Amino acid sequence: MNNSITSNIIRFIVLLLVQVIICNNINFLGYINPYVYVIFILLFPVNNNRLLFLILAFNLGLLVDMFLDSGGVHAGASICLAYARPLFLKYAFGTMYDHQNLKFGHTDIGALIMYVSGCVIFHHLIVFYLEIFNISQIILLLKKALFYSIFTVILCLLLILLFKTRK
Amino acid sequence: MQQIFNFVIRNKTLLLFLLLFGIALSLTIQSHSYHKSQFINSANSLTGGVYGTVNSIGQYFDLKEQNLILVEENVILREQLLNSSGRNQSLAIDSSFNDQRFEIISAEVYKNSYNSPNNYLTINRGKRDSIQQDFGVITSKGIVGIIDNTSNKFSTILSILSKKSRINAKLKSSNQNGSLTWNTTSPYFAQLEDVSKFAKVKIGDTIVTGGQSAIFPKGIGIGKIESFTTDSTGDTYTIEVRLFNNMTTLQHVYIIINNNSEELKTLENLNNE
Repeated sequence: MNNSITSNIIRFIVLLLVQVIICNNINFLGYINPYVYVIFILLFPVNNNRLLFLILAFNLGLLVDMFLDSGGVHAGASICLAYARPLFLKYAFGTMYDHQNLKFGHTDIGALIMYVSGCVIFHHLIVFYLEIFNISQIILLLKKALFYSIFTVILCLLLILLFKTRK
Repeated sequence: MQQIFNFVIRNKTLLLFLLLFGIALSLTIQSHSYHKSQFINSANSLTGGVYGTVNSIGQYFDLKEQNLILVEENVILREQLLNSSGRNQSLAIDSSFNDQRFEIISAEVYKNSYNSPNNYLTINRGKRDSIQQDFGVITSKGIVGIIDNTSNKFSTILSILSKKSRINAKLKSSNQNGSLTWNTTSPYFAQLEDVSKFAKVKIGDTIVTGGQSAIFPKGIGIGKIESFTTDSTGDTYTIEVRLFNNMTTLQHVYIIINNNSEELKTLENLNNE
């Protein structure tokens, strides 16, 4: 239990710094930056307190917003993803999710890909909807969400698989 | 009463979600209007400190390029100095107009962005360097943006690459005014809108600041005309401007302090009332 708390605190800080220092300066193809901080929301322990989870997700998003000068865009998207996460868990992992002791490193790779892509696309759609804030630019919104999502999904999967706990 | 408590306890997750999402949404809406994003911005000591540390490492990588820019600027300044010598010396200085109208403060860019609809830069000057909201920011080549939020040590700049920014600009050759906006597609181009149909627009002409506001002095470079189209109504031109500045590699910028801006503002407010 203690171990899980420490690892989540470290993950929070490291992902925030990685996001701000490295990932916001990638500018792949001129404008694409991955939002890797969603890994924190994806990997937060399932059986933990949901209220705490919502508050942590909100704070993480708000800190990213502060660094990026983007108002409340990332906070809004993070809180939505945190609230909607059980849906994605159920969709991707099926009955296994009900056991409440899901270890993300040990799951089937196909299910993990489904879970990560679903969450990331959902998160990015909200980010760009709030950022552009104009329904008449829906094509631009979808295009941006698609490209950013592809990049983020690949990077998130690589990072999750790279740092998974071996037991 | 009991039922209300039960309802709150049963739906506490949903209620917390709605509360936090409401906060995020209001912050977002606030950030979409001009000069309203006071609460969440990168002009504070936490973000400034982190960006400062990163910048102190990163600045070594483009020293060569920055040196070249400085040398280019020195060449221009030296030429101006040599060519203007002897012209002004015979003029007696009138003591009542002795004070400088513009002052310039240099600053270093800590954070730069150019791929979201509203872009901001963070610089290492703030209130203690007498920076205030609505000061203009330029480089040796052209304009960068307008100071948005300031803290003690840091400030954020609303870049010209922003949907919110509208800057008064004109054609250098014919003095026709327009306003400079950005359509969020490319960081190398901005758009000059509302230029009268009677203006003589030629590809390659220079666009400079118009000087109708107190923010920028007249005649600071913005860019060159790349192409132009007539509006759907046919009354105005929309001009595609290739910016002089490379907004993606900004490192050193200058902040313009207009000493007359207070006076101009009070005068304009008098007119509005």
